[in-house]
Amino acid sequence: MGEFKVHRVRFFNYVPSGIRCVAYNNQSNRLAVSRTDGTVEIYNLSANYFQEKFFPGHESRATEALCWAKGQRLFSAGLNGEIIEYDLQALNIKYTMDAFGGPIWSMAVSPHGSQLLVGCEDGSVKLFQITPDKIQFERNFDRQKRSTVQKMLVDRQYMGVSKRKCIIWGVAFLSDGTVISVDSAGKVQFWDSATGTLVKNHLIANADVQSIAVSDQEDSFVVGTAEGTVFHFQLVSVTSNSSEKQWVRTKPFQHHTHDVRAVAHSPTALISGGTDTHLVIRPLMEKVEVKNYDAALRKITFPHRRLISCSKKRQLLLFQFTHHLELWRLGSTVATGKNGDTLPLSKNADHLLHLKTKGPENIICSCISPCGSWIAYSTTSRFFLYRLNYEHDNISLQRVSKMPAFLRSALQILFSEDSAKLFVASNQGSLHIIRLLEGSFKHLHTFQPQSGTVESMCLLAVSPDGNWLAASGTSAGVHVYNIKSLKLHCTVPSYNFPVTALAIAPNTNNLVIAHSDQQVFEYSIPDKQYTEWSRTIQKQGFHYLWLQRDTPITHISFHPKRPMHILLHDAYMFCIIDKSLPLPNDKTLFYNPLPPTNESDVIRRRTAHAFKISKIYKPLLFMDLLDERTLVAVERPLDDIIAQLPPPIKKKKFGT
Amino acid sequence: MAEEGTVRVVRCGGSELNLRRAEFSADSKYIFYVSGDFVKVHSTATEECVHVLQGHRNLVTGIQLNPNNHLQLYSCSFDGTIKLWDYIDGILIKTFIVGHKLHALFTLACAEDSVFVIINKEKPDVFQLVSVKLSKSSSQEIEAKEISFVLDYINQSPKCIAFGNEGEYVAAVRDYYLSVYFFKRKTTSRFTLSSSRNKKHAKNNFTCVACHPKEDCIATGHKDGKIRLWRNFDDDKKYTYTCLHWHHDMVMDLAFSVTGTSLLSGGRESVLVEWRDAAEKNKEFLPRLGATIEHISVSPAGDLFCTSHSDNKIIVIHRNLEASAVIQGLVKDSNIYTGLMIDPRTKALVLNGKPGHLQFYSLQHDKQLYNLDIIQQEYINDYGLIQIELTKAAFDCYGNWLATVEQRQEKETELELQMKLWMYNKKTQGFVLNTKVNMPHEDHITALCFCNAEKFENPTLVTASKDGHFKVWMLTDDSDIYKKAVGWTCDFVGSYHKYQATNCCFSEDGSLLAVSFEEIVTIWDSETWELKCTFCQRAGSIRYLCFGRLTCSKYLLGATKSDILCCWNLLSCALEWSTKLNVRVLEPDPNSENIAAISQSSMGSDLFVFKPSEPRPLYIQKNISREDVQWGVFVPRDVPESFTSEAYQWLNRSQFYFLTKSQSLLTFSTKSPEEKLTPTSKQLLAEESLPTTPFYFILGKHREQQDEKINEALESELIQLPLTENIPAINELLHTPAHVLPSASFLCSKFVNSLLLSKETKSDEEIPEDVDMEGKESNDSDEENDFTEKIEDTKSTDLGEDLIHQLSKSEEKELRKFRKVDYSWITVL
Repeated sequence: MGEFKVHRVRFFNYVPSGIRCVAYNNQSNRLAVSRTDGTVEIYNLSANYFQEKFFPGHESRATEALCWAKGQRLFSAGLNGEIIEYDLQALNIKYTMDAFGGPIWSMAVSPHGSQLLVGCEDGSVKLFQITPDKIQFERNFDRQKRSTVQKMLVDRQYMGVSKRKCIIWGVAFLSDGTVISVDSAGKVQFWDSATGTLVKNHLIANADVQSIAVSDQEDSFVVGTAEGTVFHFQLVSVTSNSSEKQWVRTKPFQHHTHDVRAVAHSPTALISGGTDTHLVIRPLMEKVEVKNYDAALRKITFPHRRLISCSKKRQLLLFQFTHHLELWRLGSTVATGKNGDTLPLSKNADHLLHLKTKGPENIICSCISPCGSWIAYSTTSRFFLYRLNYEHDNISLQRVSKMPAFLRSALQILFSEDSAKLFVASNQGSLHIIRLLEGSFKHLHTFQPQSGTVESMCLLAVSPDGNWLAASGTSAGVHVYNIKSLKLHCTVPSYNFPVTALAIAPNTNNLVIAHSDQQVFEYSIPDKQYTEWSRTIQKQGFHYLWLQRDTPITHISFHPKRPMHILLHDAYMFCIIDKSLPLPNDKTLFYNPLPPTNESDVIRRRTAHAFKISKIYKPLLFMDLLDERTLVAVERPLDDIIAQLPPPIKKKKFGT
Repeated sequence: MAEEGTVRVVRCGGSELNLRRAEFSADSKYIFYVSGDFVKVHSTATEECVHVLQGHRNLVTGIQLNPNNHLQLYSCSFDGTIKLWDYIDGILIKTFIVGHKLHALFTLACAEDSVFVIINKEKPDVFQLVSVKLSKSSSQEIEAKEISFVLDYINQSPKCIAFGNEGEYVAAVRDYYLSVYFFKRKTTSRFTLSSSRNKKHAKNNFTCVACHPKEDCIATGHKDGKIRLWRNFDDDKKYTYTCLHWHHDMVMDLAFSVTGTSLLSGGRESVLVEWRDAAEKNKEFLPRLGATIEHISVSPAGDLFCTSHSDNKIIVIHRNLEASAVIQGLVKDSNIYTGLMIDPRTKALVLNGKPGHLQFYSLQHDKQLYNLDIIQQEYINDYGLIQIELTKAAFDCYGNWLATVEQRQEKETELELQMKLWMYNKKTQGFVLNTKVNMPHEDHITALCFCNAEKFENPTLVTASKDGHFKVWMLTDDSDIYKKAVGWTCDFVGSYHKYQATNCCFSEDGSLLAVSFEEIVTIWDSETWELKCTFCQRAGSIRYLCFGRLTCSKYLLGATKSDILCCWNLLSCALEWSTKLNVRVLEPDPNSENIAAISQSSMGSDLFVFKPSEPRPLYIQKNISREDVQWGVFVPRDVPESFTSEAYQWLNRSQFYFLTKSQSLLTFSTKSPEEKLTPTSKQLLAEESLPTTPFYFILGKHREQQDEKINEALESELIQLPLTENIPAINELLHTPAHVLPSASFLCSKFVNSLLLSKETKSDEEIPEDVDMEGKESNDSDEENDFTEKIEDTKSTDLGEDLIHQLSKSEEKELRKFRKVDYSWITVL
């Protein structure tokens, strides 16, 4: 594996935004999640819960409701009073429409998906007709007395229940006429809609019950409380030989520390998210057919994309936040030590730059050039390029103005290894190549998407010699372009699962592709085929423990001196794949815990296999090779995130 | 009584009341519980024992109401029989002989002629639930061999089995799994909890199970304090459960209320928790129940609950969670430091009870009379906490004074010691703290004794301690300027060459005090506190020391740690005899010269009864118990026996009780087990349906006269009123034609008087006795002795003749018994 000096970076002060709404789409098995900063993320539950798309947020667009309609159409509504439909192919907002009722608190789709209903601040409920490309206002229902409609789930008709003192946070209408309400007093109540009477009352929490979601079969539902507990309710028969059924609270799940603001119920899992920023997917064991990957509990905290870029030459790290960028210079040391020692710093890490965005929009992506003299970032409507000048310890920043009109927004930005070229993937599916000159730039070429597809590219990789550019969208295969001839060189056959990371190896120009199902492919660009090693590992299959990991690989890099090594990492491990060593089978000890010092060569040789895994650094957001013997690892401990969240509801714990 | 069987070691009450769940009668009037070989029936309103159902020859392990006749009760026992009782009259109706050792019993309304029992057939630890068919034959003893197997590999405890939905299924828990057997479908579903060694699941073990009476819902209790409510368990895949968690330690028992709306649970917290609507947030508590809840049961009428506790107590609780009655047996869950003592007033056995308490336990009624709180501090039950222990206690001979010693030692050098002296208060009928002495000695107190001689005006107490001193404490009356209060002060401190004082003992007349200092016994004059003489045998330090009594009062006995029993003659100041005996208990009989010594060997414990003056022991019984015997005591008999055989004479005036290491209280009895059974089985022959009123005797006289000849023995057992035939008033009344009789109001007083006539003369005699009864207990019992002897005479010689006389005598005895019952509590009310 080799010994490295590791910069263990813990000053990336990143806090994910809290989850506000989740909406599950049964047809495509996708989950839409909206966060408090307005970001909407799409998770593909079939592809190992990979976060395949995201729509950047906007300061004024606090999402309060999210729902799917007509299969694949996603709508959101928020406090700015607008209903938004998202374009899931182009990854941008299709249109916004003002409901003219003040802030929108709730939204629901009719069971057939043809109508959209919103509840507004002024107490009105507005019905919209969903047309193939837009929504159209249809009618306005009477104003509710006293208070606004909080949240609704509509089935054939709608209902809003309001009481003094206690706020109903959510209602669900079942097809048998039962209305279930959850409220701020910690109660789950069952009402008979025909008579308007209370049927049953479950006091489940001392704090608010904030969310409810019913399964499609209407035999189970889930509620989330402000104490962070999620309760599962099931409809069970009273006795085995009678048809009488009753709702019973079954299992409580405590996976959250803070308010559970949103819950969803997929056929096989309970999904919850809240202020503590975790998205938790708890499979229902009785619904899972085989004990596989889907049967495990998932907790998704960090985005499945890269927020950090690194300038190897100047040892700089660029951190991307929602509304600003931070540039840090790594510390250095002159001390040496044994393996495992912590070396004292002779020079501390330096916060060089704090770059705030202009406007209310969130940053989509950012990049620093390998030489460290260029920074580029993009929001939904604007693209920014800065030139950095270093004079000893001083930095001066100069914005490159007069960006061309086509460079309005980028999904991914990449600099070439020699920092002379800039590659921008825009949200129309096109790829722009720009030559960077001292203080100015020149547009070289634009690769247009293949005719008929509008899919945006969101991952880019360039070969170190600058000849090849690989780009991948969310579902179709990876395209490889020849930069010299400015032509599409080839397309890697598409695979069922989305690509999570891409990289092109130096010298060999092998493209390494990681997919969300934990498969890793190596594709030789010059030969236009998979390499021998890739074929071998596909034939033999990966170790089961490798396939059971639950976070996607987010970054791949290579060692300049060891061509057989591939370095990759996910949030919980860092791995060096040594292609020269034999592949592990399911019987070999996969996670090799033996430290390299105190084992004899015989044992080492016998147990050695291609996957060298280190789990020292977690949660690992970024890891890259600075030079031959130096690594940089950016960690973000969960405790530090929790410390920055508002304090949770205090609960008396026994024995304290 | 007349015939003398062999002396046997018998269990004499003090058995566990909390072995199994208690049961209620259908109308909640009675509560049943198992107590050793018996089933006891108590009234739920008065807590008093109504009947003792005796008949089993081994531990009773299960009781259930007969679901088809709620006036009958089934019981099962280790003796392999199921018995059916009429509990109202306390009669054994039927015995079903199963043959296997029965561990638990379950009855079901739908399974009319069969019951379910837990047996272990082959291997010792494999238990099975089987159903036993009970045939409807009319004979009293029926073989019930028709056994059909239901479930295998179950837990032995009946708490781990529950029947649900009117017998549609049975749920059994063991270790980490719950299995549910459906009778109709003949299928078993099994649900296993994670048992991995990690911290979270390590205590997932099931401890108990209960089934909802109306719904398909099973509640299980777990070792980590969780309660799980299982539903949909007829489907192996879709089953689901919900958790209720309040207990911090193991859930000991669970019970659903009759309607199923609430669930009761209990555990080591000693708090009964009622979960209403099976909701976590909706629970009620009944706290401070005193000890770990072992069992919970619910009355069929639904108005009462009851909890059995580890301190041998049953609490009857109202539906609104108010404790209404307490049935307290002998408390057994603490170490006995004080040994067994007899309270001279109540003749109750006194020993350590609840932590920090002395318990007064009535041997006659097998119930605890009261608890005396000695330490008077809140008891905090926590593992590893060093508690204050009540280590020594002693009564003076009249029961006026009680001395107690408590100690707590956290570290080697930090000893907390306290001696308390309690005075009996006649008004409150209880002990009141009189003097508290902090650190009476520098080190542990090893012995404590009162001077019991009457000649001493001032009560005297001697304490011996490891600090090398013995102290004499006297009651003085100058502790207050009005000279009304009395208190104890130290009068004399003695020591002998800085040896540790290990034992102390007063001679019977109180003139001499013997104190042992390790190997040396010193004799002190109690008038002047002068050292009179010393005995030293160099045979190890003295473990026990006691003076002989009555004619043997010139002897002093000492048992040493090197297994030698010595007897010194105080007149000649020489060793009279010594023998090698590993003495564990040395106990003198207060009413005779006899001394009982229990020795311990690898085979078990042996009893020797001897007189110090005689070289040969009076009585030897080998192997009285397999375990170590910890303590023994002679209890004076109320009614002396009259064994003529020399070997049993030592049992005439006193009865010897002893306590083994596992805290079973045993005694010696000559009664054969058959004799014990007679009362109830014979009663069955009588026609019990008619109440025994005077009119029964008037009208039923004719019939009775016929019966009399047949059932002489029976009559002696029944409470009878005097026969009416020779009362002239009644004769007159019955034979005079109605129209010539005077008015009823005129006749009434005369008639009533005529009934009372025969008693008047007797009560006249008894009035003076009544006044000073307490003082002359022994006289009284002597008198009674005469009566009983007479009865025996008549019985054995001329049966049938002089029947009336005999009956009146026996009746008198009965009356005496009633008088003896301590009604002192009435004054408290």
